[in-house]
Parts: sequence; structure tokens; C-alpha cells
Amino acid sequence: MQPDGTREAPAAAALASVGQSLPHDSAIRHVSGSAVYVDDIREPAGTLHVVPGWARDATRGRIVSLDLDPVRAHPGVVAVIGPADIPGKNDVSPALGDEPMFAEEEILFWGQPLFAVVATTREAARHAARKARIEVEDLPPLLTVEDALAADETVLPDYQFRKGSPETGLATASHLMEGSLRIGGQEHFYLEGQVSLAVPGEDGDMFVHTSSQHPSETQHIIARVLAVPDAAVTVEVRRMGGGFGGKESQANHWAAIAAIAARATGRPCKLRLDRDDDMIMTGKRHDFRVDWKLGHDAEGLLRVVDMRLFARCGYSADLSLGVVDRSMFHADSSYYYPDAMIHSRRLKTHTCSNTAFRGFGGPQGMLAAERMMDALAIRLGVDPLDLRKRNFYREGRDVTPYGMKVEEHATLHAIVDQLEESSDYRRRRQEIASFNASSPILKKGLALTPVKFGISFTLKHLNQAGALVHLYTDGSIHLNHGGTEMGQGLFQKVAQIVAEEFGVTLDKVKITATHTGKVPNTGPTAASSGTDLNGMAAKIAAETIRNRLVAFAAERYQVPPDAISFADNSVQLGERSMTLGELAREAHLARIQLSAAGFYATPNITWDRPSASGRPFFYFAYGAACSEVTVDTMTGEMRVDRVDILHDVGRSLNPAIDIGQIEGGFVQGMGWLTTEELVWDDRGRLRTHAPSTYKIPTASDVPEDFRVTLYASAGNPSPTVYRSKAVGEPPVMLAISVFSAIYDALASLNPGTIPDLDAPATPEAILHAVLSMKRSRAG
Amino acid sequence: MAVTPAVGTISAAAQDSSTMTDTLRISVNGTPHELTPDPRQSLLDVLRETLDLTGTKKGCNQGACGACTVLVDGKRVVSCLTLAAMHDGAEITTIEGLAKGGELHPLQTAFIEHDGLQCGFCTPGQIMSGVACIAEGHAGSPEEIRFWMSGNICRCGAYPGIVAAITDAAERA
Repeated sequence: MQPDGTREAPAAAALASVGQSLPHDSAIRHVSGSAVYVDDIREPAGTLHVVPGWARDATRGRIVSLDLDPVRAHPGVVAVIGPADIPGKNDVSPALGDEPMFAEEEILFWGQPLFAVVATTREAARHAARKARIEVEDLPPLLTVEDALAADETVLPDYQFRKGSPETGLATASHLMEGSLRIGGQEHFYLEGQVSLAVPGEDGDMFVHTSSQHPSETQHIIARVLAVPDAAVTVEVRRMGGGFGGKESQANHWAAIAAIAARATGRPCKLRLDRDDDMIMTGKRHDFRVDWKLGHDAEGLLRVVDMRLFARCGYSADLSLGVVDRSMFHADSSYYYPDAMIHSRRLKTHTCSNTAFRGFGGPQGMLAAERMMDALAIRLGVDPLDLRKRNFYREGRDVTPYGMKVEEHATLHAIVDQLEESSDYRRRRQEIASFNASSPILKKGLALTPVKFGISFTLKHLNQAGALVHLYTDGSIHLNHGGTEMGQGLFQKVAQIVAEEFGVTLDKVKITATHTGKVPNTGPTAASSGTDLNGMAAKIAAETIRNRLVAFAAERYQVPPDAISFADNSVQLGERSMTLGELAREAHLARIQLSAAGFYATPNITWDRPSASGRPFFYFAYGAACSEVTVDTMTGEMRVDRVDILHDVGRSLNPAIDIGQIEGGFVQGMGWLTTEELVWDDRGRLRTHAPSTYKIPTASDVPEDFRVTLYASAGNPSPTVYRSKAVGEPPVMLAISVFSAIYDALASLNPGTIPDLDAPATPEAILHAVLSMKRSRAG
Repeated sequence: MAVTPAVGTISAAAQDSSTMTDTLRISVNGTPHELTPDPRQSLLDVLRETLDLTGTKKGCNQGACGACTVLVDGKRVVSCLTLAAMHDGAEITTIEGLAKGGELHPLQTAFIEHDGLQCGFCTPGQIMSGVACIAEGHAGSPEEIRFWMSGNICRCGAYPGIVAAITDAAERA
């Protein structure tokens, strides 16, 4: 049997736990079915079920009347909750106050909740929710980028970066080129849908089990709608069945409704969204139109870039400020723009409120930059890889459009050069040219594209994290931190770090659920930063306890502190050896504190948004992918034949987990750019609200030949935890190589002509592009 | 280019409506149960809510994601799309019933060894589907496995590990 692709990682570092390819912390529970997700928690006696109700015929309109009596009369219904039943504010937005829990006067998108039904069974609640009599006076909805531009409606002010003098650049460049690209959104389709279980306690307390990437924000919003202090609300998240950004802000609404229902009835209340409702009601990756203009010299060296990013944000701001900023931060991809104008508009439409999705806007900006490269290469008749390399950041040409210097460009060059070699790019380029010359129907394409992704939240205050570590007198360790586990392996990586500090094996470290009562005021687990932030906070907490033990033992046993070491499940004190538990017991008797909180704030970030200056990122993560595709020009079908990836994770904390993130991120990015198409009809109704109509990659879509290698890094030059690099989001953008390879195949149909292909490159979109290429050839 | 693999057909007894009674006798993971489910209850809901076997997951509840895959008389079935009442006399195997005497099933071990999971939510369905895929003789090559496992979505994209695990377990079987 042939190997199914390859996975290569450099040899592990000389550390006991850190750097080891240990399985996911819950692996044995996942394969046994004993890992508990929120919907698996045994329901407390008397638990009620909550279902949101909405107007199935309205996209945008004024609510004339809402008769809920038939809902109340349905058997099994215990309560029906509307805006008047909210003790606090009718607002579940992260910050701006523009997202009501229940619409009060105006419906702003198809699927917006108006009320919620609480019943003894989920079935009863679902049936009852459909019995509301709702009268709505329709108003014309804004649905597309063009609708919103014509109406000049935005959710947030426009924003831009200016570098040098783009006007002069455009006026003086010897050659100009322009184009436009539409980029589709993406449904998260976390396999575990949105779910919360709220359990009321004494004195107005509320305990909520939920599936949220941002338990602190969920806590604060529940407190806001209940009109209780934050301290009265506790939110716990053990694990999510996938998040991908779709549970960063989007989990809050449902947790808040469950809490309101629990308050109103005095009973535990569970809300688990039906899958169709989930897809209809929650936000997705932003779709964009990007208009670009560039000036270049005869060799294809960029002189100036003017890029206009039009993001469809939906009915509210949600996280669109940061998302579209990140599109702008990545509108350069890996290329130096001497002069630049990067402009963005956050357009308001009457659709679900688009939100975080792995990459957080970065992929859209980067895709536009790569499109510019592909189009310019076709125009000049040069290999796109040569054009890319010519325009890479390098010494002296290293300042981004937002003013930050790219310091690690040597890593970018090394990765691309090594991948060019290992993927056999040049030889395959020749082979594909001959294949295409002799194959009239099937056409192959090849592309090698880079990734440079900025690591840090661009909202500076989010770059902080806390951890709580207890050492018990039997030597077992309780580990808690503000990060959440959604499958990315964060809990395991942080546990490896703590095990390393105490010199113990992983079985001594008890991983515990994220809990707002243990570590407060946390940021979301997002921006790929989970391990960078929480790993460092946990390391600091563990070091604090260890340092106390060292100081105690040095005095007790009269050994110098540097003769004390923690390894192999024991503590070495000069000649003497004891277990960690024995030392902990002695320290406890001597009244040494065996618990510590750790806190970490990312250094060296100084971004100031109002003046668009400073340094937004601690460092960049790099990677590159080379993809080969075959396009059937009769049907538009496409197959990914081979993918080679070389990706930089610094010094890997866990190569197996990192490789899984790279493979998975690539597959998810490939879905976004090829098969995953969101369709709204002309009345603003999402028509793709189930996996039957929305095509997510399956095992059969994964490239047959898939080779993933970790770049042999000497370690992150920035002082991150064990010199590792963030890995969650960057690999999504490796999939741009597939989109570019499709473009390359299309370009072969009529050399010199720029193909007309938007994302996603579905078979329909490819066929459309094929036909227009053939027409232009005939013309 | 993808085709959905055929899932198991319902047992002959279940197709004969005369055998449908208020009482449902099923064996789940070797334990016999006599139940009186609501005739509209899916097999998935009976497993999760009546028998507290929450290892089987509800992903889409419309038969398109595979998270709820179980074995009914040895054949893989998406348990959200079949009514419990149709399976009188059937032997059901869920993820909880795969390990024997505290020993993991070889495919469970292979999923851990090959990192065939991330968030874990699809994993029980992937493993049940994989067990059937091997038993059906559809695990002869990675290419064949990719095709016959295409009814089980893994949104984390852990497919290389999943395919490697099934390849490995099939070779050991």
C-alpha cells in the first residue's frame, strides 16, 4: 500500500515534555466516546429546553404585531420570553450595543430572534416557536456590497493606511494595471453547534456551561442582560466541538438567552440550536469585493498599490473592526509596496452579522495580493513564482504599508527556496506545460504561494493571559488558564509546558476546564495566540511555585539552589532525591504556599489605531505551499493532485499537534476557496443552511499526495514560550496556492489573457471562467 | 467527483410493519433493553436521551455529517435519520461498546497513534464508520478509504490522520 502523503518534523528538542509529539489531551476520551461536551452533561432534574423564535417571512421590516398567545398555549410550554422579560439591557453585542437579544421594533435580517420558548422538551419548544403570529411591514433590505455602497451604509467608519505618496506613485509608474475580485464568505460548521446549559443558583447567581471561545465575554454579557454583577455569573467551558472563530462572539447570544430563561423559570435551561437555525442566525466569514490598482516597472517590480476593501459586515458591527483591519494588515501578503493606499469600508447589509473566522480577515487581504501577483505574471508572461520572489520583503525593502518593519524576511526566503527545491517546482512547471500542450480538455495548473501572518491581537489589550496552578501534597498538579480547548491542542501544549517546569510526566498534571471564577477577565482564545499567551502565563505560575520550593529546600537541606533540579518525576537535591509529592508535603508543613497565579502580557507591541502607527505584531509566522491541480474544462470540475507544504512553527511545542493544525487549516482554507459557497436569494434568505447544500471538504477532497513538513527553525527570534510560533490560523492561507493553481490552469487556455475567476472556485465558477477564456480567444 | 457511500439498510424485520409494537426490544452494546419510545423518536435520541449513551453525537440531525454513525446489525447507519421503532430485535453497537474488557478496539488505538482527531466531536462517528468500512472490505487503499469515508465530515480537517488510522487498522485486521 502506498503511503498516504508524508508528515515530517525535525527531531525533538532535548526536553522531556516540551517538543514531544504527545497525543491530544482528550484523545483516549474522544475515541471512547467519554469526552463530555455541553449537550452530554447529564441534565439536572427539571431541566427545560429553549428554542428561539423568529419571523420566517421577514428579512428587514418593522414589527407591527407579535402575538405569542398561541405559543404559550402549546402543550409543554412553561414560559415565553421576549424583550420585556429581560431584567437588564436587551443587548448581546460584544461592545457597541447594536445587537439586541430579541428584536424589538425592527427586524434586521432573516433569522433574527424575536422571542424564545421554554418548554419541557426540545420538540415541544420547537413546535411552539412556529406558532407565533407575526405581522411585519417589509422594508427594502440591503443585501450586497453594491446595495450598501449605493446606500452609503456602514457599520463602522472607513479606515485606511497610507504609505509614501500613492498618488505620485500611480501618476509616475511606467505601467499600470487594475482588477477586481469577489471573495465569498464561509460557514464555520463547527460539528458541535451552539449550545448552553444555564443553572440558576442562590442570591441571583448563574452558572453556565457553554461552548464559547470567550468565556469572560459570555459572562459579562449574561451579567448585562440579567442586571447582576459580573461576579454573580460563572461560565465554564471544558471543550468545544470545534470553534474556528464561530464561538468567539457568536456563542454569547445563546448563553444569554439560556440564562434569561433560567432566571425566569428558576430551573436549569438548555439551549442547543438546531443546525439550520445555527447556520441561519450566526455570523460567518466576511465576504468581500476588492478593487485593486497597481503600478510596476518593466520587470514587474511593484511601484505602488492602491487597494480598496469592501467588506460585507451584515446588520451589526460585531468584530468587523478588527477583522477588516486584519485584512488590511495582510493586503501586502509577503510583498513590498513602496507606496500604498490600503482603504477599507465596513458595509452594512441586512444579513447575519459576519464575524471571526480562522484568519480573521487576513485570508481575504492576502488572497487579493496573490491575485495581483497572478494577474501581473500573466500580463508579463513570467512565472508567477519569479514575480513573487522579485517583490518579496528583503533588506532595505522591508517596511509594510502600516509602517512596521519586517525583520525576519530571511525565513520567508529560506522557506520558499527550500519548498521550490523539495516540491520540484521547476521540473513540474515544464511537465505541466507539456501536458497542457497535448491535453485539450484536462488542464493542469501549479502555484507556489507564501504565507506571512502577523501574530498578536491588533486590539492591544487582548494580548494578556492568566493561569492558576496548584501543587497538592501528593505531588499532583491542578492546571487552569484562560484559554479554551476547541481541538487545537492548547490544553495539551500548556500541560506539557507545566510538566516540563516540574520535571514530571503528563499524568501528574490535571487539565481543568476554563472557568471565569478561576482566571478572570481573559481575552478570547483567538488570533492563534492561545499557546503564546496562556502557555507563558502557566509557565510563570509554575516557575513561581518551583522557585518557592527551591528556596525552601535549599535552606532545609543546605544545598545550593543550583544543585536542585526537577526531572524524571523526582526532585534532586544535591545527593539526595525525593518525589515532588514528598517535597510538597514538607513545604506544606513549613507553611510554603503551593498555589500561584501567573500573568503574561505580550511585550513589544505598540500599535496605535487612530494614528495608524506603531508595531501591531510581536512577530510573523511564515509558510509556503505548492499545489498542483487538474481542471476539467468541459465540466468545470477540479481535482487537487498534489500539495507540498513547508511551514514555520518556530521550535515546535508538539510536532504532531502542529502538523495536524497545518493539515486541517489547509483543508479548511481549501474548502473556503473551492467548494464552500454561501448563497442568499434576492429576498436575503440564506439558501445554504444545511450540510446538504453547503459543501464542506470530506476525506475524498483531500489531496491524494499531501506532504507536510515543519520548517527546521532555530527558534522564534522573538522571546515566545520555548521559542515556538503560533500555528492556529496561518495554515488556512496555504490554501491560496490551490486557488492560484486553478488560475494558472485557466491561464493556459489563452496565454496573456487574465482569467475571470472569483472565490470560491466552484465548478460553476471555473466553467464560467473557461468559457470566457475561450470566448476571448475566439474574439 | 465525490459519491456518498451507501449506508446500511434497515433490517428485514423492521420493514415488516406487523412486527412494530409499542415495545421495542433492542440490544445495545450487548445489553438487552425493552423500551417504549415515542414512535417519532430517532435512534440517536433514544441512545442519547433514554439510554444516556452520549458518545454518539448529534452534528446536523439530518443525515449529512456522519457524527451519529452507529452499527445496526453490523452495518453503519446514521442514527439521526432512522426511527428507533424500526429496529425491533436489532443489535446496535455504539462507540461505548467498541472496547472489549478494557482494551481499546484496534481502530480506536490507531486513531490515537495517527492523530486522527482534533476537537473530537466527529470522532465516534468516524470510528464507527471506519469499523464498518474495514468490515465491508472498503479499506484496501487510502484512495478507497477516502471514498468510502466521505460521508463523515471532520471540520477540523484531520483527514490525513483518519485515513492513516483506518489504513493501519485494516492492515492489522
